[in-house]
Amino acid sequence: MTLENNSRREFIIKGTILGGGLMLGVGAIPDLAFAQANSKYDPNTPTKYGDAEVNAWVSIMPDDTVYIRIARSEMGQGTRTGLAQLVTEELECNWKKVKTQSATPGQSLARKRVWGEHGTGGSRGIRISEDYVRRGAAAARIMLVQAAANQWNVPVSELKVDKGVITHVPTGRKTTYGKVAELASTLTPPDPKSITLKDPRNWKVAGQPYARLDTADKVNGTKVYGADLQLPGMLCASIKSCPVFGGKLVSYDEAKIMGMRGVKGVVKVNDSTVAVVADTWWRANKALGSLPIVWDEGKGANVSQDDINKMLRAGLDEQGDFWQRKEGDAPAAISGSSKKVEAIYFTPFRAHVTMEPMNATVKISGDRAEAWVPTQNGEGSLAALSEATGFPLEKCEVYKLDSGCGLGRRGSTQDFTSFAAKVAQKYPGVPVKVLWSREEDMTHDFYHPIAMAKMTAGIDSSGNVTGMHIKVSGQSINATAAPQNIKNGKDERQLQGFYEKGPDAQLGYTFPTLLTEYVMKNTHVPVGPWRGVNTNQNGIFMECFMDECAKAAGKDPVQFRQALMQSHPKHLGVLNAAAKKANWDKPLPPGNFKGIAQFMGYASYSACVAEVSVQNNIVKINRLVFALDSGHVVNPYLTREQIEGSVAMALGGIFSPEISVENGRIKEQNLDSYPLIKLSSTPRIETVLVPTYDFWGGVGEPTICVVGPAVANAISAAIGRPVRNFPLYKEGLSLA
Amino acid sequence: MQLSVNGQMFNIDVEPNMPLLWAIREAVGLTGTKYGCGVAQCGACTVYMNGEPVRSCSVPVSAVGSAKITTIEALSKDNSHPVQKAWIALDVPQCGYCQSGQVMAAAALLKRIPKPTDADIDNAMSNLCRCGTYQKIRDGIHVASGQKKLADVLAQYDASLATRG
Repeated sequence: MTLENNSRREFIIKGTILGGGLMLGVGAIPDLAFAQANSKYDPNTPTKYGDAEVNAWVSIMPDDTVYIRIARSEMGQGTRTGLAQLVTEELECNWKKVKTQSATPGQSLARKRVWGEHGTGGSRGIRISEDYVRRGAAAARIMLVQAAANQWNVPVSELKVDKGVITHVPTGRKTTYGKVAELASTLTPPDPKSITLKDPRNWKVAGQPYARLDTADKVNGTKVYGADLQLPGMLCASIKSCPVFGGKLVSYDEAKIMGMRGVKGVVKVNDSTVAVVADTWWRANKALGSLPIVWDEGKGANVSQDDINKMLRAGLDEQGDFWQRKEGDAPAAISGSSKKVEAIYFTPFRAHVTMEPMNATVKISGDRAEAWVPTQNGEGSLAALSEATGFPLEKCEVYKLDSGCGLGRRGSTQDFTSFAAKVAQKYPGVPVKVLWSREEDMTHDFYHPIAMAKMTAGIDSSGNVTGMHIKVSGQSINATAAPQNIKNGKDERQLQGFYEKGPDAQLGYTFPTLLTEYVMKNTHVPVGPWRGVNTNQNGIFMECFMDECAKAAGKDPVQFRQALMQSHPKHLGVLNAAAKKANWDKPLPPGNFKGIAQFMGYASYSACVAEVSVQNNIVKINRLVFALDSGHVVNPYLTREQIEGSVAMALGGIFSPEISVENGRIKEQNLDSYPLIKLSSTPRIETVLVPTYDFWGGVGEPTICVVGPAVANAISAAIGRPVRNFPLYKEGLSLA
Repeated sequence: MQLSVNGQMFNIDVEPNMPLLWAIREAVGLTGTKYGCGVAQCGACTVYMNGEPVRSCSVPVSAVGSAKITTIEALSKDNSHPVQKAWIALDVPQCGYCQSGQVMAAAALLKRIPKPTDADIDNAMSNLCRCGTYQKIRDGIHVASGQKKLADVLAQYDASLATRG
């Protein structure tokens, strides 16, 4: 593709949606303007670059240090380490000599997108790039060995390589990657299609529970996040957008704050956002608090949470062309059944609350714009920088910083980059850091969409399901983020997890008849992807309802599910693995109750068993077992950590207060009114990994959706009535 | 105004109502202490004031006086504090943003209670982590306090010192 001829918008689409093709760099001495700041901001991006770039993925120094280029963003999920393990596996280099560099979107674009897609969301960091990354590494190995063969004038077949040491087997002569890297870089790369990759079952480095490459600086304060960035002459800004979404900025009285210490000025960022710029962020933020601002709050100002809830509820009763799967006549089958089960569920808006609030730093020098951004979407930020400044893409560069959490907030809309660019435009030659206050971050998020579902099933006299009718009413992410993906008014994404076809999120049950419907009910509140995205609510709807059906059918929840899962062996595999690990068939001590759930997302299969006790409406989780089939497992230790993180976030998702709307604005402003789950509430998590080695699934996102329903089902068993309204304080329950 | 941070005296010219957090970050220039909420809820800004943990976002710098401030940068010179060693050995941090505060809170707990029980850990570790590293934080404290062997904790995760790369 010829990117230089494309518009920025097309670039955004290509940069965020298309996967990268396989394009190996030609062997040349690199001149990589990788992220360079005057302060140490990323310990994994050295400021000196390799003398011998074997190809785009691998550069090797004379001392045998191997720099592996990583295009995906790191936000704690461990993708940097996992991708480096995959490269090391195929490259056959020495892990102890591996360092990583973060490829920049600008350099990638200048090199015909040699590093492919940068976007890191949808649990795609490894599973979408593993093939071309591994082939790139294998190609580098082939070139390095060929270089040694050329140097010694011996056939390649007489050489072997181990941990970066090449041996000529007949003579025992040895050399290292560092010594032949420069020669290797001049060779013609092999055809990537000709390369046979290793069978993951034979991996030695990948597949191992290796330690992260980037932990040491996280325990002593030396790791520099975007919020910490200090560049010479830097100014800081705090921003405020109209409290009511859709409202406009009318005026502000700059004179009232210009005398405040350190204040440099006020910038109108866009129609609804204003920034105060000062010498330090605290001063900027304090002055912003004193700035008189007049808003036109617009028609959204009248909207209450109750209005939104009523609108969603009405959607459940609407009749229309809402169907997405129609297999047989489910409504007829249900109404003709001896037993009809019906339940209405509610799940709220949720904020991301990345621990590091949104921020970006931009410096505009002459006709060039540079941004330092904690982002999940480097190319999206590059496009946003170009769009905000009006500079062509090739005059822009984005240095991706490791993020203090991403959770989806930093992957879709790159508003933080656009805002910083607009402020920096007023201060040419000066780097400007725009950091959002926690209050601004929480009240101007792209929230987890709100949703309701009416679930209806028919059960025959033998306790078998005759039909399943799933009707979801709620807000569409695509309507905010990607309207082009809504086809004929139907938005498939909102029914994630109920799909018939793969590979990402198929329903794990075969019902005799099935109808799935989505009624789009958009509010003025912006929504976006939030770890697990629509599998969160859909997992709750499906799996809580399955327990209600099992109860109506008089069957054990596991056996009831198993009977419907015979055509879905991988879903069934994790269900059985979780049940087995949790000793599902053994009775629990008095007062303890269990619940199970399984669901699929991001090409991976998850199941969870929770054991709880409930006393005085306080829920204690006594045991939590998790089973995952992600196909391959690149790093089992870090995979387990992702599951542990998903459990904590999921428990917050069902127990912590929700994000709510009052007078058109978000009522919850900070962690005092929107608390996150604490250590003391988090149960011990027992994980079983059951990879089947025949596909590549995600890890960070598919592991959240089963936790809520498993816990909810255990609670329902304990209290003898189904819980349907989330968060669970609405059911009078709290977490110990 | 004078501020004693990590054994060094800094002359800083700041407003008396500036929170200690921002004096440390923007006047002294040490950014290991993090801004997370500004309302003493998350604990990412935890530092020691005369050896006691405080949430520096909610302490005005004028209230510090001659108290000695210790930040994460001075917990040890070389990641040698038992908590830091355990955190690295177990890969406790994910994104790492809250971990300065977690490490400071855990080190303060061990100073007060060298062999904390799970209940002690529950009570002391109120710092928030959005990545959900809580299970590893608990493990890390048990290892740092010598109550559990590193190898035993790793074994729970099907890992060993030899397989950690």
